Amino acid sequence: MYKIVSKEMLTPTICRMKVDAPRLAASAYPGQFLIVRPEEHGERIPLTISDFDREAGTVTIVTQKIGASTSQICSFEAGDSFADVVGPLGIPSDFTAESLDMLKGRKYIFIAGGVGTAPVYPQVKWLHERGVAVDVIVGAKNSGLLIYKKEMAEVCDNLYICTDDGSEGFHGMVTAMLEKLVADGRSYTQAVAIGPMIMMKFATLTAKKLGFPITVSLNTLMVDGTGMCGACRVTVAGKTRFACVEGPEFNGYDVDFDEAMRRQTMYRSEELAENDHECKIGRG
Amino acid sequence: MANGIPRVPVREQLPEARAKNFDEVCYGYNAEEAVLEASRCLHCRNPRCVAACPVSIKIPEFISMVASGDFSAAAGIIAEDSSLPAICGRVCPQETQCEGSCILGVKGEAVAIGKLERFVADWNRQNGDRKVKPAASNGYKVAVIGSGPAGLACASDLAKLGYEVTIFEALHKPGGVLQYGIPEFRLPKDTVVEPEIADVMALGVKIETNVIAGRTITVDSLMDEEGYSAVFIGSGAGLPKFMNIPGENLNGVFSANEFLTRNNLMKAYRSDYRTPVHTGNKVVVVGGGNVAMDAARTALRLGAETTIVYRRTEKELPARREEVHHAKEEGIRFELLTNPVEILGDDKGWVRGIRCIRMELGEPDESGRRSPVPIPGSEFEISTDSVIMSLGTSPNPLIARTTSGLETNRRGCLVADEDGRTAREGVFAGGDAVTGAATVILAMGAGRKAAAAIDRYIKEKEGQQKN
Ligand SMILES: Cc1cc2nc3c(=O)[nH]c(=O)nc-3n(C[C@H](O)[C@H](O)[C@H](O)COP(=O)(O)OP(=O)(O)OC[C@H]3O[C@@H](n4cnc5c(N)ncnc54)[C@H](O)[C@@H]3O)c2cc1C
Ligand SMILES: Cc1cc2nc3c(=O)[nH]c(=O)nc-3n(C[C@H](O)[C@H](O)[C@H](O)COP(=O)(O)OP(=O)(O)OC[C@H]3O[C@@H](n4cnc5c(N)ncnc54)[C@H](O)[C@@H]3O)c2cc1C
Ligand code: SF4
Ligand code: SF4
Ligand code: FES
Repeated sequence: MYKIVSKEMLTPTICRMKVDAPRLAASAYPGQFLIVRPEEHGERIPLTISDFDREAGTVTIVTQKIGASTSQICSFEAGDSFADVVGPLGIPSDFTAESLDMLKGRKYIFIAGGVGTAPVYPQVKWLHERGVAVDVIVGAKNSGLLIYKKEMAEVCDNLYICTDDGSEGFHGMVTAMLEKLVADGRSYTQAVAIGPMIMMKFATLTAKKLGFPITVSLNTLMVDGTGMCGACRVTVAGKTRFACVEGPEFNGYDVDFDEAMRRQTMYRSEELAENDHECKIGRG
Repeated sequence: MANGIPRVPVREQLPEARAKNFDEVCYGYNAEEAVLEASRCLHCRNPRCVAACPVSIKIPEFISMVASGDFSAAAGIIAEDSSLPAICGRVCPQETQCEGSCILGVKGEAVAIGKLERFVADWNRQNGDRKVKPAASNGYKVAVIGSGPAGLACASDLAKLGYEVTIFEALHKPGGVLQYGIPEFRLPKDTVVEPEIADVMALGVKIETNVIAGRTITVDSLMDEEGYSAVFIGSGAGLPKFMNIPGENLNGVFSANEFLTRNNLMKAYRSDYRTPVHTGNKVVVVGGGNVAMDAARTALRLGAETTIVYRRTEKELPARREEVHHAKEEGIRFELLTNPVEILGDDKGWVRGIRCIRMELGEPDESGRRSPVPIPGSEFEISTDSVIMSLGTSPNPLIARTTSGLETNRRGCLVADEDGRTAREGVFAGGDAVTGAATVILAMGAGRKAAAAIDRYIKEKEGQQKN
């Protein structure tokens, strides 16, 4: 059992939890994820490791309620325990294996969408702590859905907020913000986008147009997370890759986003039928 | 035949009933039937059955105990050579092993060795004295990676010798393929698999689930930081193959591993679990091994009309004969000498069909098997909502990549000798991780051999240190 040490709601639909998982905390790096199975009858849900504390033996996860299982995770309270937490999974971000000299020559722009802001945080923090130049764009539908503003501001050079409805910061999408920054004379050598698949697709198109490389983190469907089932397969540079073991980060230019988005909807009808079924027997 | 009676038939659920449930197909023998079947054995002086059993179970000896009604003694005899008899009795390919060589099979029907083994193990689980005590510790720690038959067998033998054994398992439940791959209707989890695992734990073996070697820990960290004197790698062959034909990434195309894991490990077939699974009304399963039969029969039980597509003839089907027989009885269609060339999608990216080509058997290849060759112009379509690929698996490269000093061969298998020794001192391996996808009994046998070798290795080292 994996005890939840603390919990807070960042918005009405996004919660942050610190979970006791010493082996996992000891071996985690930015860019990796874990899988939570809340209880015996639950699904295995992949979530990015949003932070880790090797000394305390805890990892931080940030979960957005989008369906039955993520809602179940968010219904747990501090003191409760998850049945299973496994990780770290996936390959750490490329930069964690690169020399500092190399990184210092770069200028990073991170583009975070919605709950994707949480996975961006450990990466930005890691680079900033090592003196690498990092700017961050955070976007959300509206002001109420923005998360990690304060935390992010502390670990980056410049933070740019944008909202779709203009209720805070720049009025417009993250891609428009990125184009504006470049038009205003800022320049970047590497972009990283994490958020909804559709946002990563357009961020990639924008980066391509502006002429710099971009890394994306693919949130595909997953079951085991160890390369055993192939549920997470994506087409990258024309080849089938398993996102859980060969990713989750890939070169955005190479990813077949349309296929990836289609595959994400694989169980939508089943899940809807299930919810329906639950309503009928009165569990709501 | 010893007493001239025919092989005692085993009672099974009727096909129409079992096609709609996940309960075990075969009921097994009761005591009376077992005694009668046991009375058929000739107690050959040079028993061919024993030579054909990968772990050389003393078959005539245990069978004569069954014949005399001393089931407990029979269990004791089996236990000398096998640590998972309730499982092997159910899933061994008996027709190519013990029973395939039984002398009675030459003119008539072989003794039902598997069913007798299963009876003895089940009887022993329900009635036998199963009080095992952990042995006194000898102070040495051994780590086992993977909790499939290889890892469980290795761990239990070492624990009996006094080693402090911890099994590290990547998934949330121990058992390996026994847990996530082989379905409930062939190998019940609560009544067969879990008691076997509980027995291993009763010997003092610890199991840490949710630990992935190569990610959460490494072989090096276990030996250098956590004080393990030796490591056994029994990580199986879990990486699924695909065909690399067009349409394989359409919605509705799954590996058998995904489909079976959702159903077995994560119980998608039960309404009290949240796991979703997609079958649709029609399913095509590609392949002809046990995995293909299991996927097809699972899909059938979930309500789909199911077809198996296999490129050779029925004779070459690698699955256990009993499974093929059961699959047919349950109404699964077989398209033999047929191979997929493309999976067809609708305008939303979902599977709508599969295009196949007819095959014929050509000249024998190096392995002596006649390899199938496509018949030009014979392409046709089967309409379907899902396609399940069960083309075999290979070992996952994660451990080899993250452990210094291990060798792998061309097929990605870990290289180890007969006793499981790898190129790296103190690291042993066995089961599917070394052989590629094989059988439960071979994996169990490899685990036991490695346990003996680990014991020798640690004792030798201890001896050297004393001198
Ligand atoms: C490597 C990785 C890292 C992730 N990190 C985080 C994280 O840090 N925080 C977080 O909140 N979520 C994260 N996710 C996404 C999270 O796993 C999904 O939101 C979750 O599986 C949905 O489960 P559900 O039962 O609540 O929703 P469902 O009922 O399964 O789905 C609801 C809707 O969301 C779609 N959907 C299903 N799975 C996904 C998915 N994996 N990604 C996007 N849409 C999906 C479905 O098509 C459906 O329309 C990550 C996913 C991956 C693979
Ligand atoms: C669907 C199916 C049906 C089958 N039917 C039969 C049958 O009827 N008869 C028969 O004899 N054989 C059958 N087999 C084959 C048989 O199950 C295998 O040969 C046998 O289970 C191999 O045992 P193993 O211990 O080597 O590996 P596995 O049973 O594969 O166990 C390996 C374990 O290691 C874990 N693991 C892997 N990597 C790591 C890691 N990095 N860190 C920690 N843990 C890890 C895995 O999660 C798994 O639990 C079948 C196989 C399948 C898939
Ligand atoms: S272990 Fe398998 S091969 Fe050996 S006797 Fe039992 S069923 Fe036959
Ligand atoms: S070969 Fe057949 S008859 Fe002979 S000992 Fe073995 S099971 Fe009995
Ligand atoms: S999640 Fe199963 S292989 Fe990637």
